[in-house]
Amino acid sequence: MRFRAKIVDLACLNHFSRVTNTIAKLARTCTLRLTARKLYFILSDKVANGGVGMWCELCQGNFFDEFQMEGVAAEHNEIYLEIVPENLSRALKTAQSAKAVKIKLTNKHCPCLRVAVELPSLSSSSRIVTHDIPVGVIPRRLWNDFREPSVPDFDVSIYLPALKTMKSVVERMKNLSNSIVIEANLSGEMNLKIETDLVCVTTHFKDLGNPPWASEDGCQSSAQDRDLESMAEACIDIKKLQQLLAGQQVNPTKALCNIVSKRIVHFVLLHEDVSLQYFIPALA
Amino acid sequence: LSLRAVNSSRSAFASFLLAPLFFQLYEAGGGRHDGELCRCKVLMKSFLGVFRSLPSLEKTVEKCLILLKPRSSRLVVQLHCKHGVTKTHNLAFQECERLQAVFDTQSYSSSLCAPARVLADAVVHFAPTLAEVTLGAGPGDKISLRNYVEDEAEANKTMVTELWLAEDEFQAVAVTPGSQITFCLKELRGLLTFAEASNLPLTIHYDVPGRPVVFTLDDAVLEVHLVLATLSDLESSLQRPPTNNVSNLAAPSDDFADDLESYMIALETSTDQEASGVPPSPTFPLRTQRPAESNQEEEEEDEDEAAVPGTPPHKKFRSLFFGSVLTPGEPGPAPTQEVLAEDSEGEY
Repeated sequence: MRFRAKIVDLACLNHFSRVTNTIAKLARTCTLRLTARKLYFILSDKVANGGVGMWCELCQGNFFDEFQMEGVAAEHNEIYLEIVPENLSRALKTAQSAKAVKIKLTNKHCPCLRVAVELPSLSSSSRIVTHDIPVGVIPRRLWNDFREPSVPDFDVSIYLPALKTMKSVVERMKNLSNSIVIEANLSGEMNLKIETDLVCVTTHFKDLGNPPWASEDGCQSSAQDRDLESMAEACIDIKKLQQLLAGQQVNPTKALCNIVSKRIVHFVLLHEDVSLQYFIPALA
Repeated sequence: LSLRAVNSSRSAFASFLLAPLFFQLYEAGGGRHDGELCRCKVLMKSFLGVFRSLPSLEKTVEKCLILLKPRSSRLVVQLHCKHGVTKTHNLAFQECERLQAVFDTQSYSSSLCAPARVLADAVVHFAPTLAEVTLGAGPGDKISLRNYVEDEAEANKTMVTELWLAEDEFQAVAVTPGSQITFCLKELRGLLTFAEASNLPLTIHYDVPGRPVVFTLDDAVLEVHLVLATLSDLESSLQRPPTNNVSNLAAPSDDFADDLESYMIALETSTDQEASGVPPSPTFPLRTQRPAESNQEEEEEDEDEAAVPGTPPHKKFRSLFFGSVLTPGEPGPAPTQEVLAEDSEGEY
């Protein structure tokens, strides 16, 4: 099992660094899955995580100048690692002016992801900083826990309002309540509501647009027969929503959410090279 | 004028000696007795409170007057600001005995000198909350800085960051190959900020683990010393040959021992049986800790007290000097990270 990668381009390094910063804000530990073409940061929706699930996918070619991996076996050319993303994000934080960053999977005393940053220096040789991030190798028999979650059978799918606006609204609501209701309909309307003993606050968004989803079997899902004005809603933990919004460092190309009434909200944030899906279950 | 402080665990001591020329006006008026130095201590919080916001001070304060009123036991700090505003702070002081750390950089085996910038840039790679860091002289004429991980349990979960500086980044290097010391980075950060701001090169003197490390800044009107206790290294104090130490500081190379194949095979076979000889996932085989076992308890203080005299060394601080802060050194490594600065007892 081998993994070696290198980033030389500063813009790519910056971009990758921002992705790791976002992931670090969403999960304390997560799974890093490496395949020949892609990297994934995965959080499976176990009870321990509060039922939250995350699936982030990157095409390695968009970030790395060199990328070589050899999986566990020829038929299973993948590597699954348990990692603390905060470590990765910290290692890359001070690499902003690096000449090159190399990442390698090693096992000197225990499995580690070694991030070696080559920095310019005034002296004849470059300054080298290495960060050994301890990782856990996840054996093949557990890989099933980390399969890509399917898009839920949602009641409403809607584009999100500007994330910055949404973030500031949610941040203020967080001070008043622990849970927030997200509701939306197929007419492009979304409301964010909180309700406490003292106060109810609702923020209304209009004209958001609803993404078209082609159904697989030709016949439309339940969403099609829905009354356009009728709201699908779910009450979720406001902190989780705030974490998702606060972690976004770059505006996504597309941002939408799928609501399964009273069950789950599925957020999809798409950038050019990165896609992030985040599942927040409804509170009981 | 000397300003000195020691931390509550007595593992860090700092002293700033300011020559009269540092000030616009300097009058070392007599204390109560003729020729006697005045020595007092002031609550840090109160003193810092006067200089709280540096940016606003720089904008509004034209002159700062500091004077001692022994009769009322007050240290007066008067800030003469713009627009005719004068702020006067009266801080209560207490007379106190001399505070002086015992150290002797002349007897130290290793020293380094670098522009503050180099060191400040180096420590930026470590987490701001990091406590201890290990400084070492590695092979290939490189100086390394590495975060110190305290115990075995943490070793498998903590990220280890290591930074290598080439010798030519320093202005002077005279180190024992393979030497290393571990000290508290947090205590150094303050001095680094000051050094960068005043654009002075920083000199580091160190010896064997256990003996304090001394950071010095020197200039025509200012002499600064920061003395930090270092982690003692029981095993290396037992005359290990230098080569063994060197092997602990392997220089970075591209060819890492890459044992993951065998590790994974071992892991895979464990799916068939609960093999006890195989490292279970995701716990990892225990990392072999560096031979240095830290010994941080304050042990046998009494014994130490015998080695370090309780009575003050003879060298006295006259007010106007630049001279060496050094005291006749006490040879013999202190085996533990503890008391450096002895309160001198009695008068001299």
